[in-house]
Amino acid sequence: MTRPPPEPLLDVRRLSVTFMTRERDIAAVKDVSFALHQGETLAIVGESGCGKSTTGLALMGLIDRGRGTNVTGSIDLVRKNGTRCDILGMDDRALRGVRGNDIAMIFQEPMSSLNPVYSIGAQVIEALRQHQDIDTRAAGEKARALLADLGIGDTNRCLESYPHQLSGGMRQRVMIAIALSGNPRILVADEPTTALDATIQAQILELLQKVQQRTGMSMIFITHNLGVVGEIAQRAIVMYAGEVTESLPVSALFEHARMPYTKALLRSLPRLGERKSEKLAVIPGSPPNLGNRLSGCAFHPRCEYFLKGRCDAEHPGLDRVGSDHAVRCLRWRDLEAVA
Amino acid sequence: MSAPAEAQLLEVSDLRKWYDIRRGVIPRVRGHVRAADGVSFSVRPREVLALAGESGSGKSTIGRCVLRLIEPTSGEIKFAGRSITHLNRRDLRLFRRKAQMIFQDPYGSLDPQMTIAEIVAEPLDVQGMVSGRKDRRGRVIELLDMVALGPEYADRRPHELSGGQRQRVGIARALSVGPELLVADEPVSALDVSIQAQIVNLLEELKQRLNLAILFISHDIAVVNHISDRIATVYLGRIMEIGPTRRIIDSPRHPYTEALLSAVPQPGLERRKRIVLTGDVPNPAHPPSGCVFRTRCRYALPACAAERPPLREIGKEHYTACIRDDVFISATTPKLQRFDGIETQMEPVE
Repeated sequence: MTRPPPEPLLDVRRLSVTFMTRERDIAAVKDVSFALHQGETLAIVGESGCGKSTTGLALMGLIDRGRGTNVTGSIDLVRKNGTRCDILGMDDRALRGVRGNDIAMIFQEPMSSLNPVYSIGAQVIEALRQHQDIDTRAAGEKARALLADLGIGDTNRCLESYPHQLSGGMRQRVMIAIALSGNPRILVADEPTTALDATIQAQILELLQKVQQRTGMSMIFITHNLGVVGEIAQRAIVMYAGEVTESLPVSALFEHARMPYTKALLRSLPRLGERKSEKLAVIPGSPPNLGNRLSGCAFHPRCEYFLKGRCDAEHPGLDRVGSDHAVRCLRWRDLEAVA
Repeated sequence: MSAPAEAQLLEVSDLRKWYDIRRGVIPRVRGHVRAADGVSFSVRPREVLALAGESGSGKSTIGRCVLRLIEPTSGEIKFAGRSITHLNRRDLRLFRRKAQMIFQDPYGSLDPQMTIAEIVAEPLDVQGMVSGRKDRRGRVIELLDMVALGPEYADRRPHELSGGQRQRVGIARALSVGPELLVADEPVSALDVSIQAQIVNLLEELKQRLNLAILFISHDIAVVNHISDRIATVYLGRIMEIGPTRRIIDSPRHPYTEALLSAVPQPGLERRKRIVLTGDVPNPAHPPSGCVFRTRCRYALPACAAERPPLREIGKEHYTACIRDDVFISATTPKLQRFDGIETQMEPVE
């Protein structure tokens, strides 16, 4: 690994997203900060409702503000031409220039992201022509080359097909092709393999890594699957109830995680090597409802190290553990002493 | 393990489920989708057998045929020694006291208009197994307690419950009639990781306490590893390999099992070279000749196209449908790498 340049490509500071409903405010994302460097893959990990997808949408400027939605903080992006911009401060027109060219996104369910009434060819060509000044014929050639690069054998047939005629893995490849059509420097991938079968998931992960090696793009990989994180990312941030609870290099994730939530999540993961007689470790309770504000640490009702009068009273800040490791837990020092 | 003479609870032999493909202005049968194509296996009392495979492999079809929720095209299913293939409605209803199902989607499988108590008690009413309201209420509370839900849940409705709690309700409903066999179709796939573990452990506990046998259908071979006694890997409507869990996980002998295991992302492992299958699952309306896996198999030979390989016994209770003994014995899986107590397969040396 080359050392990342000091200046990050993407710098997210104190991002908060609040949805205001009649009854209460729902803080989907609270004070999230992170940076992404050139060529790096950052994983955002968490269970449903932790705010990971909302964060992803915010990065693309896809959260409609006003009408009861409040977005604060800043998302600083270094564009291809070297200028800087704050995604949160841009209007729709300006955002259109950024999306696809500088930062692109792929989603979990490729079927609902593709238009069912247009052929794949039409959709890939449309994306290419949006980003590059070329005619339809040249775009057709490029589309073919792009799909071939992504491991699609019969590109002509694929281009003529409609989304429903393709398998899930093929559809996801097409989505990746569309996302790559503007040669973005950052790809935000929101659970891109969750809807796919295990063997197809492995294909897509390998494909994304290949693309990354070839183009040097950075990736933000949003997932609930810690196993996938180990395979694809260099850094991980773990989210819970809208907050970053731990941020660390993936090399430390499996052995040196400090936050009880991260550790519990790791233990509850089914593994291949374990004997059947070993019970899976369980996190009691269920992920929190963001509408109900809890005092203290958001994880305290489920935490095995919960300390009455402390964890339910004081909201922990994000503490630095090392140069590149931060944890949101009041007790991480004591817990380490015990361990 | 038990003596071979022990009676089987469930015996499935040569099960076929072909769906007709009808096309044309005057619809005529133009072909068949072979969702299950000659599947045989058995489940002992108190045993967990897992069917593992990708979507479209036919594992759910097999599970539904076993309970006769759909009618098999051919083949025989025996429960406790008695054929259930041709039961009439009345006998079928009695059979369902013995065998019940848990579904994948805890949102779609509970009627949003019914209270939890009504949902859990419905099979009891259908089967005429309760007398009077008091009796019913008592049974419901008991069943909810069995799945670790308090009595306060009885009068709530599904939308007030989380995914994990709903799945518990689904389990309580299945258990209400006191079955000996549960067919669990992807019971944890729709749940969060932290909740998955809760449900897997709950099923394991209930199995011990109630002497249940479970046919556990899942695409996730890591989950299956934690609960099953035996695993069958299924591909395009056929069983590729079946054997005791440890043997399937530690020394698989079928290339499909090998690929399925290799595809599981495992935390804490050094990045390893994966066996990535090329291509997609073929269309089950036109399965490849011979071995159905051969089009994606890295060990395929011309001979693999000739004949459909039967399941052969290669160890105690361990069967595989592959003709290539040579590659596995010489090259692949016995070389396990130990890392942090986790065993993994290495890329075979070619």
